Amino acid sequence: MAIIRSRLMTTTTNNKEEILIIKEQDVVPLRNRVRDYGVKVGMSILNQTKLITATSELVRNLLKYGGGGKVVIESVSNGRDNGVRVTFIDNGPGIPDITLAMKDGYSTGKSLGLGLPGTKRLVNEFDIKTELGNGTTVTITKWKNG
Amino acid sequence: MQNNVLSSLKEHENKLLTIWSQLLLENGSTDGITEEEESKEFTSLLLDALRISNGNNQESEEFEKVHDLLIGISSSRAKRGFSPRENAQYLISFKEAASQILSELERDPVKLYDANLILGSVIDNMTIMTFEAYMKGREDVISRQIDEISEISTPVIRVWDGVVALPIIGTLDSSRTQVVMENLLQQIVDTGSSIAILDISGVPAVDSLVAQHLIKTVSATRLMGAECIISGIRPEIAQTVVHLGIDLTGIITKASLASALQTAFDMLQLTVVKRK
Amino acid sequence: MERIPILKMGDFLLVTIQVDLYDQLAENLESDLINTINKYSSKGVLIDISAVSIIDSFMGRILGNIAVMSKIMDAQTVVVGMQPAVAITLVELGLSLNGVISALNVEKGMDLLRAKMYNGDNQEQTYDDDNE
Repeated sequence: MAIIRSRLMTTTTNNKEEILIIKEQDVVPLRNRVRDYGVKVGMSILNQTKLITATSELVRNLLKYGGGGKVVIESVSNGRDNGVRVTFIDNGPGIPDITLAMKDGYSTGKSLGLGLPGTKRLVNEFDIKTELGNGTTVTITKWKNG
Repeated sequence: MQNNVLSSLKEHENKLLTIWSQLLLENGSTDGITEEEESKEFTSLLLDALRISNGNNQESEEFEKVHDLLIGISSSRAKRGFSPRENAQYLISFKEAASQILSELERDPVKLYDANLILGSVIDNMTIMTFEAYMKGREDVISRQIDEISEISTPVIRVWDGVVALPIIGTLDSSRTQVVMENLLQQIVDTGSSIAILDISGVPAVDSLVAQHLIKTVSATRLMGAECIISGIRPEIAQTVVHLGIDLTGIITKASLASALQTAFDMLQLTVVKRK
Repeated sequence: MERIPILKMGDFLLVTIQVDLYDQLAENLESDLINTINKYSSKGVLIDISAVSIIDSFMGRILGNIAVMSKIMDAQTVVVGMQPAVAITLVELGLSLNGVISALNVEKGMDLLRAKMYNGDNQEQTYDDDNE
């Protein structure tokens, strides 16, 4: 089922902001900011919920495995559709085996092990870059009509 | 660069039109004739533009008019189902017709060459434009159809107090499943129904992907606190489901909507009796 | 530390989650609820999540934990009022919250709890049924 989508479409950023995440209490305000962006591009409640849930999953990873980091929220447009892109950047240890981490049922932490593949199913575009010792960057995009 | 031959084309407008529609006929496009009014207007405007600008300035106001007309013709042709070949043939034939007349009018090869070069660049530019308009016209048709399909595809029917039914017609893909789930769950909330019947009589085939979508819908309904019955399982669907090794054991399935409704009545502890 | 209030209504406990959950808050709810069940020997727990706009895998796991833990302590948990968007998202995420019994709204949830209580004899069987 899981197909890694890497669409090379030209997207333009309309609005952008950066939020530092260092403690668990930063999570709720972040989710609210992401929701604001979703509302602004006119996303349906369902797509907003999917985007925020994906954000919630990824920000937990950022705190738990990356020791905190920063999150960039952008409202983007590809000419045909508008959407929201969220990027999670940490300087943690990185993920040793990315293929394994993208498999359903895998987890090193105490969550259910649905983190990455489940999250990927919630968004339209999912991109992960990781380097051992240098941290992980995950970018997700949810289109308004996606 | 002055090119008097191009300007003088205007004087041979009728002749050009005749040759053009002949060429269109020869190339198998019978519509050269039916589009006569449009073609006349197009020829007249284009020849005017060529006369005034001498083909030097393709951004002039006169050319704007020609382009606007052409885009209109092209997108309306797309909507009426013309093939891309016919669409391209339209302008290519025009170029051919104009070239023929030019070679009759101009004897000097250098001047003729120049005139053809300008004509070529003007028409090529327009061909690109018509293609863009043609594609856009097609895309409009497609997106309108998508809207129409998603509108008609998911009616949720309240069949009894506390029971809603949703007949699915056509193939169930992932985006359609989303719409089905959203509508069904919202109706469940709005009507406070505790039983939902998903009728798949109108689904042509059930493969593992479709089954997965059905299972998802059932799971989501249960998460909300309602039960979901799948009805309309035809014999061939039962066969493929088993052959493909799809596990539907956790799901209540019924052959017909009637038996699903009967099951719903049982769950609600209702009985339907005949009056004596 | 922020906490979610737990109300006692006879044999039942009622929890209405009105704020967006973060992990610590959810963990606190889990332990508070189990302690309260113990304190009052409650027979049922009703968790109203109609105001909750998102449930991710962690919160889903907490809900599952609460259901199983209270079950061991002989109390039945019913989760009520899940938003359609939340249900669809959970399914896409791959969480089916096995063991959690749901109802459409508080009223239906109460009926379900009462039915389960007064059918004490076949409670075990009913639970299995709902659990597939």
